[in-house]
Amino acid sequence: MSIFINKSSRVVIQGLTGQHGSFHAEESMKIGTQVVAGVTPGKGGAQHLGVPLFDTLYEAVAKTGADVAGIFVPPPFAADAIMEAIDIGIRIIVVVADGIPVQDMVRVKRYSAGRDVVIVGPNTPGLITPNECKVGIMPAHIYKPGKIGVVSRSGTLNYEAVEQMADYKLGQSTCVGIGGDTVTGTDFLTVLRAFKDDPDTEAVVMIGEIGGSQEIEAAAWAKEHLGKPLVCFIAGITAPARRRMGHAGAVIAGPADTASAKMEQIEALGAHVVRNPSKIGEAVHRAVQ
Amino acid sequence: MNIHEFQAKDLMRQYGVPVPAGSVAHSVEQAEAVAEELGVNRFVVKAQIHAGGRGKGGGVKLAHTVEEVRTVTDEIIGRPLITAQTGPQGQFVRRVLIEQAVDIAREAYFGLVIDRTTQRITIIACDGGGVEIEETARHEPERILREPVDPAVGLLDFQCRKVATHLKISGKQLSPAVKMMKALYRCFRDNDAVLIEVNPLAVTLDGRLLALDAKMQFDDNAIYRRPHISNLRDFDEEDPKEVEAGAHGLNYIALEGNVGCIVNGAGLAMATMDAIALHDGQPANFLDVGGGASPEKVTNAFRIVLLDKNVKAVLVNIFAGINRCDWIAEGIVRAMRELKVTVPVVVRLAGTNVEQGRAVLAQSGLKFLTANNLDDAAAMAVRATSGAAHEHLHK
Repeated sequence: MSIFINKSSRVVIQGLTGQHGSFHAEESMKIGTQVVAGVTPGKGGAQHLGVPLFDTLYEAVAKTGADVAGIFVPPPFAADAIMEAIDIGIRIIVVVADGIPVQDMVRVKRYSAGRDVVIVGPNTPGLITPNECKVGIMPAHIYKPGKIGVVSRSGTLNYEAVEQMADYKLGQSTCVGIGGDTVTGTDFLTVLRAFKDDPDTEAVVMIGEIGGSQEIEAAAWAKEHLGKPLVCFIAGITAPARRRMGHAGAVIAGPADTASAKMEQIEALGAHVVRNPSKIGEAVHRAVQ
Repeated sequence: MNIHEFQAKDLMRQYGVPVPAGSVAHSVEQAEAVAEELGVNRFVVKAQIHAGGRGKGGGVKLAHTVEEVRTVTDEIIGRPLITAQTGPQGQFVRRVLIEQAVDIAREAYFGLVIDRTTQRITIIACDGGGVEIEETARHEPERILREPVDPAVGLLDFQCRKVATHLKISGKQLSPAVKMMKALYRCFRDNDAVLIEVNPLAVTLDGRLLALDAKMQFDDNAIYRRPHISNLRDFDEEDPKEVEAGAHGLNYIALEGNVGCIVNGAGLAMATMDAIALHDGQPANFLDVGGGASPEKVTNAFRIVLLDKNVKAVLVNIFAGINRCDWIAEGIVRAMRELKVTVPVVVRLAGTNVEQGRAVLAQSGLKFLTANNLDDAAAMAVRATSGAAHEHLHK
């Protein structure tokens, strides 16, 4: 099993005809992802990559039964595309766009409040259930089916952790990038809850960064409820204060934001904290033995 | 993006936020003219740099006459000001803000942020001005009130009254306080700000409310739709290497160490720095080449990293997803040839097109240290800074 997406997921790509949407939809189809529709306003009625195009998401969902949305439209238009998907009732929305204005996301969060929807991203590598379904931009070939759930703010650190796990023959149930922005759709806690309910996930890897406290809140919940080993790394031990380290949300504003402070707290909450980014795979191996 | 205090106050004034009478001056002569125009008998002269801690660093001074304004301006302007946030080299002061000084009855802290927890624009208020808000939040959390704003309806009057009451503002000042807070909220929302700090917000002896200091930060992702804000950017306040990197679509932050870093992805870039530190080295920079990096972009990354003369070795760490290792490798080869790189270069490639990438490096005939994983890469780069790695060099 897996969380959020599997081989039955029917994926619609908003922005399918764009350079990124096109390339990554094709890549994801190679591992079996069912891309059933594309939305590009003005190109409705045409086909792209053998998939029908629609002007609106409403038509796409009505005609194809799509139930997962991958949003590849440029940042200035992303908020509108997300709200379109929320409005129609799509429950898994993956937002790859990097650079959405934060106040747009504040409005999106308000719009989604009280609705049964998981918004992954923005600024995320996406979601992948190996050999079943991918909605995102990660290199699918490094991901292998298995029992480890991976959730990270960073895309490339997700890849790094997965590659290290291969040395120990550890595959993944589902991998989730929640994104590096200040205001993100879903958070670590929501993803950990989903992994708890997945019988095929035996352990979870959480890869955080400097800034904010959501890793700590997730670890506190995990201590009481997860019931599976939690391995955690926090990037940015060497990050200077007050500088935004690439990700909008990765900034040390106060003492509690530092990687050391966060790792200490998470360790006290009983998670397997790994301080060396090269030893994530080894830590997972030890945690599941 | 940050702006200066005088720019923030100009912007706030447009929204009806009360700020002290005053104007910016770029020279002693202009300062004198501003002081004469103000025509008061007490002035504050404030150095205009982005870094905080100006008061303690000697960048804020009182003056009682136009002549004194001349004197203190001359002491501040045209030289570096060292504060807790500038580093030991200080920040060069090119202009000062001359304002009418006021008699303060009481001070408070008023801020607006995008709060991670509520995921909304949120007021942060604390009684007592000039506070270190992070410190207060830790040691006396009960002094801080957080009031999130629902984006569907905006900041409401009752919320402002609640905040004012927390700040012990009442009576005749209550209504102006509500007006001021709503003006600050509009100023924040309409300009895609991510931070407003009024510290202190003052109640004067004659009963007025004033934003005595003003700090604003803006969302880099929204600058494209705020050209009037983008015009306020002051490149003199930024590291020239960082400015140039930004122009090439690279995210670069200068640091103190000697291992230059070229990495894709912010998370991996931070982890690479961390791995260097675990091997007792020090990163010279943070650099994220981003997704879809062309050979040209990689060449530019090398050039910027090597502008830092402390760099004794370069570590390239790429885990390609959206990127392609062969393009990265071409960029590395081009950079080595064009820039005649003399420091050791450690390369770790993984992910999309990794075999093609390694082939490009091997066929170039250039000397690299190749690493198979993050740990080895960091260890090799740190060793290379001491010159001990040359025995491992291979063609």
